[in-house]
Amino acid sequence: MARLRYLEALRKALRDEMIRDDSVIVLGEDVEAGARGMTTGLRKEFGAERVKDTPISEAGFVGFATGAALVGKRPVVEFQINTMIFQSFDQVVNQAAKFHLMSGGEFRVPVTYVFAASGAAFGNAAQHSDHPYPYLLHAGVKTVMPATADDAYGLMLSAIRDDDPVALFSPALIQGRRAEVPDEPTAVPLGVGRVRRPGGDVTVVAAGPTIPIALRVADKMAAEGIELEVWDPRSLLPLDRDGIARSVTKTGRLAVIDDANRTCGFAAEVAAFAASELFGHLRAPVQRVTRADVPISFSLPLEAAALPTAETLEKAIRATLAGSAS
Amino acid sequence: MSRRGANGAIGLEPELAISLYRTMRLVRRFEETCVDLVKDNEIAAVVHESIGQEAVAAGVTAALGARDYLTSTHRGHGHILGRGADPTRVMAELMGRTTGTNRGRGGSMHVGAPDLGILGANGIVGAGTPIAVGATWAARTDGGDSVCAAFFGDGAINQGVVHEAMNLAVIWDVPVIFCCENNLYAVTTSLSDMTGVPIIERAGGVGMPVTSVDGMDPGAVHDAMVEATARGRRDGTPSFIEFRTYRYSGHHTAEAATGVDYRSDAEMESWRRRDPLVTWPERLAAGGILAAGGKEAIDAEVEALIAESVRFARNSPWPEPAEVLDLAYAGGAGDGFPATTWGGT
Ligand SMILES: Cc1ncc(C[n+]2csc(CCOP(=O)(O)OP(=O)(O)O)c2C)c(N)n1
Ligand SMILES: [Mg+2]
Repeated sequence: MARLRYLEALRKALRDEMIRDDSVIVLGEDVEAGARGMTTGLRKEFGAERVKDTPISEAGFVGFATGAALVGKRPVVEFQINTMIFQSFDQVVNQAAKFHLMSGGEFRVPVTYVFAASGAAFGNAAQHSDHPYPYLLHAGVKTVMPATADDAYGLMLSAIRDDDPVALFSPALIQGRRAEVPDEPTAVPLGVGRVRRPGGDVTVVAAGPTIPIALRVADKMAAEGIELEVWDPRSLLPLDRDGIARSVTKTGRLAVIDDANRTCGFAAEVAAFAASELFGHLRAPVQRVTRADVPISFSLPLEAAALPTAETLEKAIRATLAGSAS
Repeated sequence: MSRRGANGAIGLEPELAISLYRTMRLVRRFEETCVDLVKDNEIAAVVHESIGQEAVAAGVTAALGARDYLTSTHRGHGHILGRGADPTRVMAELMGRTTGTNRGRGGSMHVGAPDLGILGANGIVGAGTPIAVGATWAARTDGGDSVCAAFFGDGAINQGVVHEAMNLAVIWDVPVIFCCENNLYAVTTSLSDMTGVPIIERAGGVGMPVTSVDGMDPGAVHDAMVEATARGRRDGTPSFIEFRTYRYSGHHTAEAATGVDYRSDAEMESWRRRDPLVTWPERLAAGGILAAGGKEAIDAEVEALIAESVRFARNSPWPEPAEVLDLAYAGGAGDGFPATTWGGT
C-alpha cells in the first residue's frame, strides 16, 4: 500500500497499464511535459510513439484516437480543460460512441478520455467551470468520476481496459487528496457503487467533489443522532441502480447532491429512478441539490451561490426528514 | 504499372482498365437499383447517389493494396463496392437486414468492414478524416506500410476538423491521401459561393503535395493515386488530391420532391457528355482493349449480380426488436445496462 494523491494514482494506473499493454498510448495537449500532472515522465519512459503532444485540435485528436482504436490501440486522451469536450463533441458522441453499434459490432473503440481538473474551482469563470458529464451520460458514453485516490486508480484501470469509450472526470476540488492505493493493480469494475459511510436514516447519493461535502454533513448531523448513508456510484454510466435501491429500501429517504446543472442532470436521473422504481419505499419526496442552471460567474460569492454546498445539502436532508409521504 | 504501354491513349494494364469499367458499371447499376428501391419503400429514408462520380471511386480504390484503409462519406456506395465489399451484403445492409455488412445497424451512410480496411462511411461531413489519420498512424507503428484514402466532398473543405486532420497527417508523417471529390455543390450551395479560394489553394498551405485531377477519367484518377500512395508508403507523406467530378442526380433521392433548382441545364448537359460509363468503354474499345461484346458481357454479369443482391436482401431476415440493446456496447447488454426499461415505469 502506498499513500498517493488522486492525480498520482491516475498516473500510476496509466503507467502500470502502459507497462502491461503495449497498445496503450497517451495523447493530448502538453502531455509530454506533463502539464496536468497525470503524464509526468511518461514520454521519457515510453517514447515518442506512445506519448504524443497534440496541436490544439480537440476534434482532430479525438478522431485520431478513434481511428487508432479501430486498428488495435488503446488510446488515453487527456483533455487539458474539461469544457473542451465541446470542441470534440461530434467526434466523441456521434463517432466514437456510436461506432460499435453503427458497424453492427464489427468495430470496437477502446478509448479513455480523461478530463483533468474538472468542474469549478475558485474563480475560473463561465467557460472553464462547467462539469459537463451529464451531456455524456445522455449520449450513452460510459462515464466514471472517482472520489478518492484508490478509486481513481481502480477506475482508470477499468476505463483503459474497457472495449468501449469511457470518460473519466478528475475533479479539480479533490484531485489533490490522498488515499491508500494498492501496489498491485486492482481494477474497480464500472457500474459498482460504494457505501462511503453507512447510516439508516437518509440515503445521500453523491459523486466526485460532492463526496467530501456529503461526508462533512454526515459528521455534523451524526452529532444530532441523524445517520446519513453516503452512497457513491463511482461510475455514473453504467449506474449501480441496485446499490441505490438497496440503500433507499433501508432508509426510505433520498437526497442527491450533484456538481452539475439541474435540468436533465445526473441528480434528475437518480431522482426519476427512485420515483418510478422505489416509490413504495420512499417515505418523503426525493431532494435534489445541484448547481443552479446558470453559467458560473467569475466573482467568488456568485460562483459559490451557484454550486451545491454543505448548507444546501443539510437543508435538503432536513426537508426530507420533515416531509412525509404517508 | 505501365502507364505508357502498348495501349496508347489508355496506358493502363488491360486487365486493370477493364476492371475499372466493371467497378463503375457495378456502382452505377447498384445505385440506380437503390433509387427504385427507395421509391418502393424497400430502402428506408434516402440514399445519396454517386451517379456521375463513379470514376473517382473506381480509380482510387483500384490503387489501394490489401493492407490499406479507406474512410468514406454519405455518398459512399462507390467507395465501398470499389473496395470489394460484397454487393449482396451491402444491399442487405441498405434494406436493414441482419445479413447486411453491419447487421442492418448502419445503413447506407455507415457501412464499415474491418477485413477490407473500410473504417466506416460517415454521415457527418468531414468527420472521417481524423479517424483515417489515427488508423493509418496506428497501423504503421508496427512497421507496416499502409496508406489510407480518406474521401470527402468539396463542401467538407469548410469543416475545421478536415484541416485539423490534414495538419496531424503532416506533422506526424501519416500517409493519408485526402481524396476531395469536388462535384461543385454541397446540397444546393455552389463551391464558388461558399469557398473563397480554389480548393487546392485552400489545401495548399497545409504542407502536403496537392494536385487536381480530372475525376471523370478513371485512368487519370488511378495514376494520381498510384503516385500518392507510392510516395506515402515510402516516406509517410500525406497527399491531397482534388477530383473534379459531377453528380448527375440530386443531393439524394428525395431532392426532386423538394423542387429545388440550383444547376443549369447547360451545365448538367456539359457534364453528361463526359459520362465515364460511356467515354471509358469507348476509349477501351478504340484502343482494342475491350473486344466486341466485351462490354455487354460485363454488363450482363453486373446485372446478374445486382439481381442476386436484391433477391438476397429481400429474402434476408429483419433484426428482432428484442435485439435493440445488444450492440450498443462492445461488452453487450446485461445486468440492466443499457437500461432495460424505456416504454414505461
Ligand atoms: C457536419 C455536417 N453538416 C451538415 C450536414 C448535412 N449535409 C449532408 S451532405 C451535405 C453536403 C456535403 O457536400 P460535399 O461535402 O460537397 O459532399 P457531396 O454531398 O457533394 O458529395 C450536407 C450539408 C452533415 N451531414 N454534416
Ligand atoms: Mg460536393
